[in-house]
Amino acid sequence: MSKVVFERPDALTDAQFSYCPGCTHGIVHRLVAETLDELGIEGTTVGIAPVGCSVLAYEFFGCDMVQAAHGRAPAVATGLKRALPDNIVFAYQGDGDLASIGMAETVHAATRGERITIIFINNAIYGMTGGQLAPTSLPNQVTQTSPFGRNVDNDGFPIRVVEMLSTLDGVALAQRVTVDTPKNVRAAKRAIKKAFEYQIDGVGYTIIEVVSTCPTNWGLSPVDALQWMRDNMLPYYPLGVYKDVKADGFANVAEAAAARAAALAAGNAPASEGGEA
Amino acid sequence: MTEKVLMKGNEALAEAAIRAGCRFFFGYPITPQTELAAYMSKRMGKAGGVYLQAESEIAAINMVYGASAAGKRAMTSSSSPGISLKGEGISYMAGADLPGVIINVQRGGPGLGGIQPSQSDYFQATRATGHGDFHLIVLAPSTVQEMTDYVYRAFDLADEYRMPVMILADGMLGQMMEPVVLPEPKTEFPAKPWAVTGHRGERPHNIVNSLYLAPERLEETNIERFERYARIKATEQLAEEYLVDDADIVVVAFGASSRIARSAINKAREQGIKAGLIRPITLWPFPADVISAAADRARAILTVEMNMGQMVDDVRLVVQGRIPVEFFGRAGGIIPTPAETLAAIERIAASLEGGAR
Repeated sequence: MSKVVFERPDALTDAQFSYCPGCTHGIVHRLVAETLDELGIEGTTVGIAPVGCSVLAYEFFGCDMVQAAHGRAPAVATGLKRALPDNIVFAYQGDGDLASIGMAETVHAATRGERITIIFINNAIYGMTGGQLAPTSLPNQVTQTSPFGRNVDNDGFPIRVVEMLSTLDGVALAQRVTVDTPKNVRAAKRAIKKAFEYQIDGVGYTIIEVVSTCPTNWGLSPVDALQWMRDNMLPYYPLGVYKDVKADGFANVAEAAAARAAALAAGNAPASEGGEA
Repeated sequence: MTEKVLMKGNEALAEAAIRAGCRFFFGYPITPQTELAAYMSKRMGKAGGVYLQAESEIAAINMVYGASAAGKRAMTSSSSPGISLKGEGISYMAGADLPGVIINVQRGGPGLGGIQPSQSDYFQATRATGHGDFHLIVLAPSTVQEMTDYVYRAFDLADEYRMPVMILADGMLGQMMEPVVLPEPKTEFPAKPWAVTGHRGERPHNIVNSLYLAPERLEETNIERFERYARIKATEQLAEEYLVDDADIVVVAFGASSRIARSAINKAREQGIKAGLIRPITLWPFPADVISAAADRARAILTVEMNMGQMVDDVRLVVQGRIPVEFFGRAGGIIPTPAETLAAIERIAASLEGGAR
C-alpha cells in the first residue's frame, strides 16, 4: 500500500506551469490553490489574471477565471464583486501591473474597501517583457532599461506598496511575506488564507505582497536569486503586517475607520484652554 | 404604461437602461453627459442595482468588463475625451466577446475640444474605438424617444451577438427635453452559460479572455467574430427614409444633424427641389443597402454632419462613384442652421440643372 503524502491541490488544473525554473510564481500559485481547497471555495471563486508572466494563470487555477487588461485587475474585480457579492474574487498581479500602470485602480479599489483579495508578486522587474525597470526596482538595480543601475535622480524611488496602502481606511489586511524558506512559505500561506477569510467575512480589502525573485532576468541561479532577494530586497521591503483591522480589535474597516476618525478629531480639537497658538 | 412624460435625453436614456435590465452602471463625470450619471446615482439603488463613480473612465469600462463577465447587464457613459480612455477596455470586451453598452454623448474635439454638441466621433465609433480588428454595433438616436428606445434595444443586441454596443448621441440630444414614452421593464433575459459565476463543481471552469498566443488560434477567433459581423450586416441595418422615392437630391444625415436636414428638405420641397432624407439609425452596420438603392434613383447625395466630413466616406464607399456625393458640415460644436443646410441643397440643385443630364 502506497500512501499519498503530497499532491497537486484540487484548485490547480493539470496544465503545466509556464514559469522559468526557480521562479516563485509556482509556489504562490500553490498556496492560493491550497487556500481555495481548505476553505472549500474553489466553486464560488472568480480569479483574475493580470498582464505579465502570470497572464496564463487563467489556465492554471481551476476556479472561474477572467483575464484583465494591464493594471486593470482591481477595476475588473470591483465589477465582478459588485455583480457577485456572495462570491470570492481575487486578483493576482505583478509589480508593473499593480504598482505602475494600475496604481490608480489599486489605490481606489483599496480605499473603497472592495471585498476583494489581491495577491501581489513583487520581484522588482518586468519579467514577461525581458527585464525592464519596474516601479519597485531598487536604487542602483541594473535592468534592461536602467543599464547603469536605477538612478533615483532620473527614475525616482521605488514604491513600498503595502506601507502606502495601509494608510487607507478601506484596507482590512496589508501584509508583506516571502517564500524563500519552508518557514516563510508557511507564513505566506497563513497570510494568504487570512486574506481570503477576511474577504469571506466581509472585513474589507485585503492585499498580500509576496517579495519574489526573477532568476532569469536578474541573471542569477534560483539559489543565488533567493540570496540576492534576502540581501537587497528584504531590507528595502521589510516583511510584516502593515495593517490588520481585526488584530487591532475591529470587526471590519468601517469600525476601524470610525475609530481612527474619532481619534483624529479628538487630536485636532481646538484646545479649550492654553495650548499652542 | 403608455403615458408621455417630459424628460431630458440623458435622463430618459438612463431610465430606459434600467428598464432594459441594466443593474450595473459605472461612470465618471464629464460634460455633457453628467445628468445621465446623476440620474443613475439617484435611481439605481432603488432598482436594486449598483451605481459606482469610478476613479477614471478607464476603471469604469473595466468595471463594466467585470460585471459583464459575471453575466450582468452593465453600462457606462461618457463624452468624447472619456470615450478615448475607454477604448482599451472596449477592445478587451470585443476580444473577450463580452456584451455591454457604452454611451457617448459627443462634444467637439480633438483634445479637450469643447462642450458643445458634435458628431466628430463617427470615425472612432465605427472604425477604431480601440486597437485590433473589431466592430461595435453603433446606434444613433435623433430624438429623446429614440434615446430611450435605442438603449433599450442595445442591451438585447449586445447579449444576442456577445459584443459591446454604443449609443452615439451628442450634447444636444442629451440636454434637450422632449415628451417620451418609457418602455416596460424587461423581466426575461437570455441565459449566459459562458459567464464566470463560480463553477460550483458542476461544470468546467469558465474563462473570459482575449489572449491567444498561437496566431492560428487568434486568427480563428477573428474569423468567427467577422462571421458574426456578416450576419449583423445582413440583418441589423436600420435607416429611416423621408421623401426619398422621388428625390433628385438625397440628404444623408444622422442624429441631431438629421433634424436640421429634415427642416431644410421641407423648405427645399416648397421651392420645388425634390430633396429627401436617409437617416442612418445603425452607423455600424452602415445602412448600405438603402443608400445604394437610393444612388440608383437619385442624381446627387449630400451628407450633413456636425464634423469636418466623416460619414461621407462611408456613403462614397457605397455609392462607388455612380452619382456625386457632396458634404456639408459645421464643426467645433456648432449646429448647422436649416438655412445654411438649405443653401447647400440649393447649390447642388443648381449644379444639376446646369449639368449635362
